[in-house]
Amino acid sequence: MQFTESQAIYLQIVKIIEEKILRKEWTEEERIPSVRDLAVAMEVNPNTVVRTYEILQQKEVIYNKRGIGYFVSEKAYSIVKDEWKKNFKEQNLPEFFKNISLLDFSMDEISLLYKQYNKQ
Amino acid sequence: MVEITNLYFTYSKRNKLFENLNLTLSEGHIYGLLGKNGTGKTTLLSLVSGLLFPAQGKIDVSGKNPEKRQVDFLQELFLVSEEFYVPNVSPKKYAALYSFFYPRFDEEQYHFYLKEFDVDPDHPMHKMSMGQRKKAYISFALACNTRLLLMDEPTNGMDIPSKSQFRKLIASLATENRCIVISTHQVRDLENLIDTIVVLENHQIIFNQSVDAISEKLSFVSYNGTNATEQFLYEEIGALGGKGIAANQSNNPSRVDMELLFNGIISKKDKISGLFTTNI
Repeated sequence: MQFTESQAIYLQIVKIIEEKILRKEWTEEERIPSVRDLAVAMEVNPNTVVRTYEILQQKEVIYNKRGIGYFVSEKAYSIVKDEWKKNFKEQNLPEFFKNISLLDFSMDEISLLYKQYNKQ
Repeated sequence: MVEITNLYFTYSKRNKLFENLNLTLSEGHIYGLLGKNGTGKTTLLSLVSGLLFPAQGKIDVSGKNPEKRQVDFLQELFLVSEEFYVPNVSPKKYAALYSFFYPRFDEEQYHFYLKEFDVDPDHPMHKMSMGQRKKAYISFALACNTRLLLMDEPTNGMDIPSKSQFRKLIASLATENRCIVISTHQVRDLENLIDTIVVLENHQIIFNQSVDAISEKLSFVSYNGTNATEQFLYEEIGALGGKGIAANQSNNPSRVDMELLFNGIISKKDKISGLFTTNI
């Protein structure tokens, strides 16, 4: 696993897991890998994954069944989606709008491109 | 698990190597022992293993003095040396000869590791390449399941897939009651495994901090062109841009660039250590 962003690795793993939930690769009430299995798969220190799972538990995206393991919570998808939407609105959209107006894109053009993208 | 207090050590009268060195290592961690050539990384590991004796000061490993080389001390310790001797036998035979010394040795695990590393258990070790022999030796070391595992440049001589395999094995081995110390120059190989950075320089341990603490206190920035905004504690300028270490002003923990950090600690020790109030 190559970690490229400037964020701490345990936060990058949070994002990777949240993306899996958004893509429905990991679905609600599904059991997710143990701390050790994920650490091995990602070639990171198990303590890093412990922190990742702590954060996901705080957000109630996953929960721990004692003695059994970690599971995706029932509300995980909506929690993650709300948070990512909020971040997208606050962080990515302003940049996007700036470029649209800078490059004189019309909304019709954007809408056409978006339709093409969705077809792929 | 390891407690070193006021350690002095010297190979010759004129050149002292360690002077009043102090270091504590606990279980549940993977330490990265970093230092320039000749700063004494290998010597320090040898002292902890009881292969060398301190001139002054004390080394305590789980209540035992390494100098005494007691059986119950040695069976819970494995030192993976950078240069090592193995007799001309197969890995299978090697385990039959030496696993006796390690009560927690697990034969099944050993064969699993050999397989993961693509090493033939029946091939004579003297006929193996350097890299293969090292992997056989490391497989044995890991399968001994000692509570203290010291490794001197373990990834040297390993090919690219083996390094990845090595990281997976270490991640699977790191447990709460085990202490792993890896001395290395290849920090990039092990960056995501190491959770505490220990830097040896100028006869002492000049830095000993967890990666968590570092990522909260410092941020590692790379930029294109010239830097006008950041106030760097340490900076490396290249042809097209550069990178630097700044105090982390945000609430976002950064990803630690260990190579950059190491260079920063060596050249701007006071500026960087100053941000950490509890440097051990």
